[in-house]
Amino acid sequence: MASSTSSPKGKPIEARSQRSQWSDRSFTWLTRILAFGVAAVLVFIGVQVAIDAMPAIRRYGLEFLVTSSWNPVDDAYGALPMIYGTLVSSLIALVLAVPIGVGTALFLSEDFLPRPVRTVLSFMVEMLAAIPSVVYGIWGIFVLIPFLDPIGGWLHQNLGWIPLFGTTYRGPGMLPAALVLTVMILPIITAIARDSLISLPPALRQAALGMGATRWTAIFRVLIPAAFSGIVGGTMLALGRAMGETMAVTMLIGNSNDLNVSILAPANTVASLLANQFAEAGDLQIAALMYAGLVLFGLTLVVNILAEMIVQRVNVYK
Amino acid sequence: MTATDYRSRADRARRAIAEQTSGPSYFDLFWTGVAGFFTLLALIPLVLVLVYVVIRGFSRLNWAAFTQLPPPPLAPDQGGFANALIGTLIMVGIGALVSVPFGVLAAIYLSEFSQGQVPRWIRFATNVLSGVPSILMGVFIYGLFVITTGTYSAVAGGFALGVLMLPIIVRTTDESLQIVPKQVRWAAIGMGASKFQTVLRVVLPAALPAIATGLTLAVARAAGETAPLLFTALFSQYWLDSLFQPTASLSVLVYNFATVPYEGQQRLAWAAALILVGIVLLTSILARWATRKQIY
Repeated sequence: MASSTSSPKGKPIEARSQRSQWSDRSFTWLTRILAFGVAAVLVFIGVQVAIDAMPAIRRYGLEFLVTSSWNPVDDAYGALPMIYGTLVSSLIALVLAVPIGVGTALFLSEDFLPRPVRTVLSFMVEMLAAIPSVVYGIWGIFVLIPFLDPIGGWLHQNLGWIPLFGTTYRGPGMLPAALVLTVMILPIITAIARDSLISLPPALRQAALGMGATRWTAIFRVLIPAAFSGIVGGTMLALGRAMGETMAVTMLIGNSNDLNVSILAPANTVASLLANQFAEAGDLQIAALMYAGLVLFGLTLVVNILAEMIVQRVNVYK
Repeated sequence: MTATDYRSRADRARRAIAEQTSGPSYFDLFWTGVAGFFTLLALIPLVLVLVYVVIRGFSRLNWAAFTQLPPPPLAPDQGGFANALIGTLIMVGIGALVSVPFGVLAAIYLSEFSQGQVPRWIRFATNVLSGVPSILMGVFIYGLFVITTGTYSAVAGGFALGVLMLPIIVRTTDESLQIVPKQVRWAAIGMGASKFQTVLRVVLPAALPAIATGLTLAVARAAGETAPLLFTALFSQYWLDSLFQPTASLSVLVYNFATVPYEGQQRLAWAAALILVGIVLLTSILARWATRKQIY
């Protein structure tokens, strides 16, 4: 090979040395192994947690998911209240955060404000995601919970006949936890909704305006439907985050292992159960906690996979 | 379709336009107001959190806060979070030491050496991994590390943070490498460089500013994380003298001291929260500023 090729000056170009070829190949292999390693970590987490949960899975089976007792003394474990709390707190947060997030995304992707102002505001919304969870927690304990005191009292007094407000407000509970979750997932929804709105072909808007649509008719009838899958993808990602959020929730939700429909009452989520009990748990309790962790892993895995599939479709469109 | 059909359609369209353009559109004004209000609503929490953290935290930031051990429950305004600061630095350092080479090399494979469906699946798995709740990283490392070594430790905490950082590092490095134009690689290969040389001497240096920014952000995020440390590093009231013993961290200190009824400890928790917010906010702003100037 080397002898058949020659440089302009006529000297033959030497073939790459053995060492260079070997270093090339081994480097490629090293990076390949590590790349597969990243994917393997995901599997490994699931497997490791499942193995450690085995004693509890064998003992309690699927009943674990529908019983509501958490009693280390009698070794009676059921995670229904926590699974319920995880889902409900996330859903409340979503219901509040989706309109606010999409509204913000629209406001920051349209030309209501000069571009530099929009850039600064977008950055500020992103900053909401950067603030550590535990800081939201301490803020919630000392600022949000006292602030909600009159509101919670009013809700119970006037709307107490609705089961959702059926208990008195005693501070830590579902309401403050869900509100802080709302703030924490807002930036995710806003960022992805804004990205998918900005990446729409300008022709769409031009066509809508050319047809005589006003700005908001164009937004509601053309832009939002076109960006819909992006918005749904962002919402799913936010749902995954909300279900796994730990510190702020555990500091605000009151960590009660009883199932209560009222959002003014203390509740619990799987993540905050883990945060609270893990460090002081005995053998079987650890297994039960691992089982609860496995449930959380499964839930967030499904939500995240769906979200990624939707978001990837959006990126292809881009 | 006949000509009259077209004409009647045009008429209808004209009428619709006339309806919408006559007078100020209250419909539009209303929705603009709603969107603006929602934006305001989204920004209020940020301002409130920052204001409270600065007000409550700043007054407690004195020399002692940075140099002394955490105070006992009933000591008003004594002590500090020095051991937690050191613990956070060490564990974030261990995490970075594990995850940076791992993540950067994996990203090099994704962006430089891979073809077909494989990189798509690995990127997918990376994104899903970054969505795994951080507390489960702690559960994972507990099962893998704390049970086998028999003790809570800085190493276990560092590994948990490393797992947390890994997908962020892979993604930002992957994206940074892809921004480097194909021509740069062709030029290097054309000069006779091997793949190894092309990547390490040409592509990686070109992408380095962007990669460094991504790594800094990942490290800052990890510094603020609490959940993975709760039952891997636990907490400690004392100085760290071995990597294999329970280790304090700023974030766990905030959690522990914010949830006790002792005012001295609560005030220290606010001060530590201010440090955490400062770290994350500063790095985010610096990163934003640094990426404004892009090389390519």
